[in-house]
Amino acid sequence: MEITLQHYLILSTILFAIGLIGVMRRKNLLLLFFATEILLNAVNIAFAAISSYYGDLTGQMFAFFIIAIAASEVAVGLGLLVLWYKRTGKIDLDAMTSMRG
Amino acid sequence: MEAIAFYTFAILTTVMFLITVLTNHALYALSALAAGMIFISAFFFLLGADFLGAIQIIVYTGAVMALYAFGMMFFDTTRDVVEKRNSPQLVFGLSGLAALTVVAIFTAPIVSGNITALYPVIDGVGNSQQVGMVLFTKYLIPFEVAAVMLLVAMIAGIVLAGKKMDHSLTLMKEEEIERQTNEKAQV
Repeated sequence: MEITLQHYLILSTILFAIGLIGVMRRKNLLLLFFATEILLNAVNIAFAAISSYYGDLTGQMFAFFIIAIAASEVAVGLGLLVLWYKRTGKIDLDAMTSMRG
Repeated sequence: MEAIAFYTFAILTTVMFLITVLTNHALYALSALAAGMIFISAFFFLLGADFLGAIQIIVYTGAVMALYAFGMMFFDTTRDVVEKRNSPQLVFGLSGLAALTVVAIFTAPIVSGNITALYPVIDGVGNSQQVGMVLFTKYLIPFEVAAVMLLVAMIAGIVLAGKKMDHSLTLMKEEEIERQTNEKAQV
């Protein structure tokens, strides 16, 4: 059985949906970060698959930049999270109401 | 053979990410996420993107997961995470709708069928070499910008979570900061 581009795109969509379920379900900020990592990885699979099936390297380049962005996002996000936890002792989204939003 | 590998890793990745999303234990979520990241690199190897697969393992499971593990030392992870769910129907309906949108986004250019390769794959050259040739000619400026962005992120991480936080403005209570600025204004 031949594995086509559609197989990879459907897998990527399934993983993206799992990540979206996580983003909507989580109230804990650390686990919300995990869900965003799943989203980024799902898109990376789609980029690599399209790159491979069209014989084009642009998709892989975008995947590299997405990985770089994910790494810096984690560094800054975790720094902010640690700071917030030191100040308030909570990392729940519902507790972040100091801006009265 | 490729089909067996694809389906095996597809099922494994899906299960791992479902555990990450649905578990109430932060440690299980972290371990399942790390496993899922490694399984995803298998797809990159299957697709002939060897360099991307290696980067996936090094950066995600090496750097990002280690960072999360260190970050989790600051939090109380032994306690079960309580999630408040207002209406599950709404959540699952919205995610289904979003997934359909993603399918439309990805299938639209394939249906049109007039895609031409901007930087075509060269035969007889390894994947890492090709990536290097394209990255350091066509994508040199985005590459440098990404390097600067990583530097900024590193400095931000050090400043935010650094050891001397008890003398930093970012950790003080609002009253302390106000008092200090008042003292400075009097001097």
